[in-house]
This record gives sequence, C-alpha cells and structure tokens, in this order.
Amino acid sequence: MATAATVHSHAPQGFIRKWIFSLDHKVIGIQYFFLALTAVFVGMFLSLLMRIHLIWPAAVLPLVGEIKPETYLSLLTMHGTIMVFFVLTTAPQGGFGNYFLPIQIGAPDMAFPVLNMLSFWTTFVGFVVIIAAFFVTGGAPLHGWTGYAPLSALPSAGPGELLGADLWITSIAIFCIASLMGALNFITTTLDLRAKGMTLMRMPLTVWSWFITAILGLLAFGVLLSAGILLLMDRNLGTSFYVPLVVVNGQVMGHKGGSPLLWQHLFWFFGHPEVYIAILPGMGVASQVLSTFSRKPIFGYRAMVYAMLSIGFFGFMVWGHHMFMSGMSPYSAFAFSILTMCIGVPSAIKTFNWLGTMWKGRLRFQTPMLYAIGFVSLFVSGGLSGPFLAQPVLDIQLHDTYFVVGHFHLIMGVAAIFGIFAATYYWFPKMFGRMMNEPLGKLHFFITLAGTYAIFMPMHYLGMAGQTRRYSQFTEVAYQTKLLPLQTFITYAAIITISAQLIFVINLFWSMFKGPKASDNPWEATTLEWTTATPPPHDNFGGVTPVVNHGPYEYGVPGAAKDYVMQTDPATVATH
Amino acid sequence: MGLALLVLIWLITLISTYFFVAKTWWLPVGAAASAGFIDRQFTLTFIIMGIVFLAAQLGLGYIVWKYKETPSSPPVSYSHGNTTLEIVWTVLTAVLFIGLNLMGSNVWASQRFPREPDPNDVKVEVTGMQFAWYFRYPGPDGKYGATSPKLMDPSAGGEAAVGLNTSDPAAKDDVVTGTMYLPVDREVDVSLRAVDVIHSFFVPSLRFKQDTVPGLNIHMHFRPTAIGEYEIACAELCGLGHYKMHGMVHVVSQEDFDKWLAAREAEKQ
Repeated sequence: MATAATVHSHAPQGFIRKWIFSLDHKVIGIQYFFLALTAVFVGMFLSLLMRIHLIWPAAVLPLVGEIKPETYLSLLTMHGTIMVFFVLTTAPQGGFGNYFLPIQIGAPDMAFPVLNMLSFWTTFVGFVVIIAAFFVTGGAPLHGWTGYAPLSALPSAGPGELLGADLWITSIAIFCIASLMGALNFITTTLDLRAKGMTLMRMPLTVWSWFITAILGLLAFGVLLSAGILLLMDRNLGTSFYVPLVVVNGQVMGHKGGSPLLWQHLFWFFGHPEVYIAILPGMGVASQVLSTFSRKPIFGYRAMVYAMLSIGFFGFMVWGHHMFMSGMSPYSAFAFSILTMCIGVPSAIKTFNWLGTMWKGRLRFQTPMLYAIGFVSLFVSGGLSGPFLAQPVLDIQLHDTYFVVGHFHLIMGVAAIFGIFAATYYWFPKMFGRMMNEPLGKLHFFITLAGTYAIFMPMHYLGMAGQTRRYSQFTEVAYQTKLLPLQTFITYAAIITISAQLIFVINLFWSMFKGPKASDNPWEATTLEWTTATPPPHDNFGGVTPVVNHGPYEYGVPGAAKDYVMQTDPATVATH
Repeated sequence: MGLALLVLIWLITLISTYFFVAKTWWLPVGAAASAGFIDRQFTLTFIIMGIVFLAAQLGLGYIVWKYKETPSSPPVSYSHGNTTLEIVWTVLTAVLFIGLNLMGSNVWASQRFPREPDPNDVKVEVTGMQFAWYFRYPGPDGKYGATSPKLMDPSAGGEAAVGLNTSDPAAKDDVVTGTMYLPVDREVDVSLRAVDVIHSFFVPSLRFKQDTVPGLNIHMHFRPTAIGEYEIACAELCGLGHYKMHGMVHVVSQEDFDKWLAAREAEKQ
C-alpha cells in the first residue's frame, strides 16, 4: 500500500492523462457517471417513443418518423439492454463505486489503476457498438433484451436480426469483459487496501454492497460472455448450440439438435444475479443515507451485511424462476420457487432495518434523504409482487404480462435509479466541490416519486387482466383493447415524469458551476470520504494515511462532543 | 417536509390499494378446473402481501412525519439494533413465504406433471409459427400422423402449414384447424410444438400458459368447465407480428364438439 501511495502521489498534469486516459479512480468514476447519464437519457427517450407508439400508433415523430411494429420491438430491446447494462450496472458500481470505494476504505486508489482505466474505455467501446446497431442495415434487433434463441440466432427470423443483432451481442460481450476487469479490481481493492483499523465489520454498507456486487459480477458476467460467444457462432459460423431443426417462413434452416432452453439457462444464470448487481449498491447507499440523515446508527449492521451476502448467495440459485413457462422440467419449478421465496427473507430484513433506523431518529429532509426514503417505498412495492411471481401456479397467469413489467421496473429499475439519485445528491458536493440546489432537488423528487407510481402501479392491474408485454398494438386481441384507457393514463404519466427529469439535469449542471461552495463535511457524516478535502486530492488523503477507530455509523453517541463520531476520530470516545 | 412526505406516501398507498380491492381490473373470469384454486391462491397471496404493503408504507409515512428533526426533538436512542426482533421477523417471513409457496404445488402438479395417457382425454396438438396457431386432432384412430419440416408450407395454411405427411396412414384422419374446439368438462391432453421460434400459448380465461419451443413436444393437461369463446394471445416475443398472433378457443358441448369434428373429417374426404 505504501508503494502504491508513493507511485501516485503526483497528479498527472496534461489534459489527456488527467481527464481522458486517467488512472485516478475519481476521474474514472466521473467518466462512468457521465457515460451512464448519457445512456439513461438515450434509454429514457426510447421508452418515451414506445409509450407514444402504444397510444398513437400512426404518429409521425420529428427525427424518428413513423414507428412500425418492428421498430417498437427494436425500441424495447435497446431500451432494456441500454438501461440494464449501461445505466443500472454502470452508474452505481462503475461510477460511485469507483469514486468512493477506495476513499471509504482509506486507500489512495484502486489496486490496479491501469485495469481500471481499461475497464472504463472498454465499457465505452461497448456503448458505441450498441448505439451503432441503430444505424446499420435492418436496424436494431427486435428480440428483446433477453435475446431468446432461436429468434436471436436466426438472421431471417425478423427485421433487425441482421448485423444489428450481431452488434447487440458483440456490445454485450465487450461489456462483460469490462465488467470482469472492474470486478477483479473492486474485490482486490476491498480485500487488500483497507486502512489501518478498517476491519471488514467497520466498512460502510456501501463498501459491502460494492464488494458483494463485484463478486456477483465476477461469477455472472463470465457466463454471459461465453453464452454470447456461442450465440455469435450460431449466427455466423453455422453451429447449433441454441437452434434445433427449425423452419422459418417455409425455409428449412441449416441447424440441427440445439436447445433453445440452453440459452435461457445461461442467460438467466447471469440475468438473475444481474438484478442484484443493479440493486445491491442502491441498498448500500440507502443504508448510508438513512443512517446519516436520521442521525442514528444503522439498525442491525451485521444483519444488513449477512442479508446482502445471503441475497448474493441465493441470487445464483433462482434463475429458473424466469423459466416456469419455458418447458423446463415441471419438477425443478419447486426447487427454484422455494429458493426464490428464501430470497424474500433477507430482503424483508433489510426493509425492517431501514424502518428501524429511522424509528426514533431525528430525520433531516435534504434531497438525498428523500430519495433514500423513496427507495425504501419502491423496494417494498416492487418486492411484494415478487411472492406472486415466485409461485409457479400464479406465474401461469402472470408470466410475460405487464405485472412482470411493473414488478421489475419498481424493484430493479426505478428503485435502483432512486439509489443512484440518492447517491448523486449525497456525494455531488464531494465530487464537484459545490452543493446542489435543494428546492429543485425536492421538486424533482416529489414529481418523480408520484410519477413513478403512476406509471408502474397500473401495470400490475393490466397484468392481472392478462395484458401481454412486448405487444406493439393492443388492437388485435379484444380483451386487451378494453385495457387501452389505462395504457393511455400510463403514457401521460410517463410524459410528465420524463419531462421532470430536465429539472435534475438543470440542477446538476447549474450546480456544478454555480452552486454554493461545499464544505468538507456538509452532511455531518462519519465515513472517511468526509474526513478529506472537497474535492479530494489526487491521492485522496493528501499524503496522510487515515487510521480508523470507529464503526461507520456512529451517530448520537452518548458522551460525544457532537452528535456524530467520525471513523477517524480518536478512540477516546467509546462506541460499539 | 415530513408532513408532505406522509401525505404523498399515504396517498400513493391508498389509491393503489383501492383499485386492487375494488377489483376494477382483475383476473378474467375463469373457465377451467384449475381456475378456482389459482384464483383462491392469488387472492390469499394478495391479502397477505396487501397487509404487509399497507403496514410498511403507512408505517414509513408515519415514521418520517413523527421523527422529523425539530429544535425540541429528543436525542436519538443510541441503538445498533435488536437481535430478538431480527430473529422474530426473519422466522415470520420465512414461514409465511415458504408456506404460501407449498400450497400451490398440487395444482401445478396436476397441470404439468407427466402422467399415463388416458383414452378418455381429448387430444389436441398446438403448433405455433410466425404468426399463427394451428390445432391438430388425431381423428378416430387416436394417433397423430407424421409431420416433416420439409413439407411445411405456412402460406398454404392448414395441414400443409404443420407439414403433415399425408402418405402416413395415421395422418389420413388428422384434422388441422386454425381455431381450437374443445368439449366442456373433458380433460384435454395438449401437446405443444413450435416450428420456427419460441411462442407461448396463453389463454387467460382457461388459466393456461405454456411456451411452445422448437425441438420440444410438451405435454400438458387442463379441463375447460364453461361453454364459451376464449381468446388466445401469444405471450412470448416471436417477431414483428407477435402482437397479432391471436387465436380463439371455442369450448362447446360434447354434442356440438362431435358434430364439429365429424364435419371437419367429412371435409377431408
């Protein structure tokens, strides 16, 4: 560690080495953050087009033109892929994890700075490749973000399945490689570079969440990478991993003996842990922020750590619950279903503990706290539809309906986004040296929370009534046409909520240049990033090596001079 | 701010709950033997999750209002948690979730587990292809004739679409239609196949859904219990025409079913 500190004690001076090909985890974190910000606006714009098309199918839009049924499917494929990979995986882990994990454990940088830089630029290339899919002949693929074979494996199965589909899977493969590099770095850094006194059980819950997420990433992305390479081979080299003998449009394809279910097993073996990759960092941030702004220690720190570990552990054993209707053995449904219910237990513990943290606290309602509270609310709402879908008999009715769309958007989409918002409002002062505007932040929160529920809660009603997902029109099935008024309501709610995100963008960029200067510890928080300068110097602690004497959430300690004890405060105050 | 949060969270909670409880949108009326159980299990799950939902959200709203910081707020209780409480809610949640889960196993087994073929079952084969459903009845011999991928011609429709090999003796009496007819109150032995990509045979009113997968022949059972016409909607993304891959199930009396099938057989001759 000492050598690492000496090597990086001098910040590079040139613009390119400092801001483009930087080895500084803080700069790389900011690069990830802006990549994810770009991606989220692309993804959100696609969802806006989808919502408009569902209600006004004949609309001819500026720039986009007419949206055909196959265009709609391309939109949903690209929306899902961009959001899951380049937003929900990139922002919480690559962005905030990169920036704050080393500082929160008292390290001068990541363990492998060059690998870190490489990981970002590989992700960037992946993003460029997926965007390119829009512009090639045939356009973007229409097989959904899950890319079920044979649809995704046969260029003749539909428009968009030509070069666009190759670019889609190539982009995902590139992303996997980048994530593997990132995961190695996070794990090594957490295990090897902790400051003196920073025992595992003194790590902030954010660090635990990034650490566990990295382990999940290491185990999951390797599988997706292999699965993707096999898919590319099926598409281009005539292999038959996923494709049996099939006839498309009267033409016998050249494949034989492959298994469409193999793709689903491999994909969901990655895909389910991916859900936790997206949401675990949000849980970490929510815990950190709730404790800070309740001025109270986190309720059940150890239970929180064990809950995250068991969520990560069980997360690898439940992939089959995506496949109850797939033709997989009906016996295995029992095992997957029980294990899925087991995951509800640590999730429930976390919720209880968040409520327990606020109970009898002194709550301060700055914007990060509002988003953490919103996170808890969304996590509860999205989580409670899980036990419906985890039961195979109920899945008969609910699988592939809007009920599922509502469920996963609440729990892993918007809840994770609320985690990202909480993190942005919470750490912005440390990252950019200025405060964000509070009234704008609060306005943004209230519209976004109400809007989110207005969009996604009605989807549960639609799903119960049997509305199937991934339909570009509801005119062909009589019982579904009756549900159009509710779909119209959702579209209006989406237009309002998406527009309200401009408030966030204005706040972000305005505050970056014009916001009031931030102090070193504006929230009176306890973890290591608040002990150093704002923004932190190149080696994070200005040549000092922090020594940790206390746990991460020591608020309201009896006998202390202030209502909080920082992790580096002298050991004279008794905490436990 | 605490009050504003309380109002927003409570409003969201109560409005969401209202539409569930009022059943403004709900499962379609069931017309199959499993519907009674599935709907009861759904309602039970709904009641339990609904109580947890209300308790958690209303509690969240109450806490943020009650414990907002004011100059007169008492000092916080310096507590790192309570192990007894943690154990209590862990055990409660585990028992509740897993118990709920075990209750559904019988219906799942009856619809999905393989069983000995019963000569009294009505046999139907469902074939999904971009973007149509075909239904095949084995005819008086009770045997499906051979099909071949090379013979498949979707543009011709009917038995050519599923690639029926008409030179096979067992295929002579096979009936292929674009609409599914079923006699009421008879067990249906359904075989599900797909020729190109994955589709999903979803009949909401019959509480039935199963993906049709190329390369697999999936056997399942269900029993329609009410005469009527029920819509089929493809539930697995299968390409640009996914949204219009629609079909109908006509559940009719045994007498009407026999008449219908005899008429189809007659057309073939």
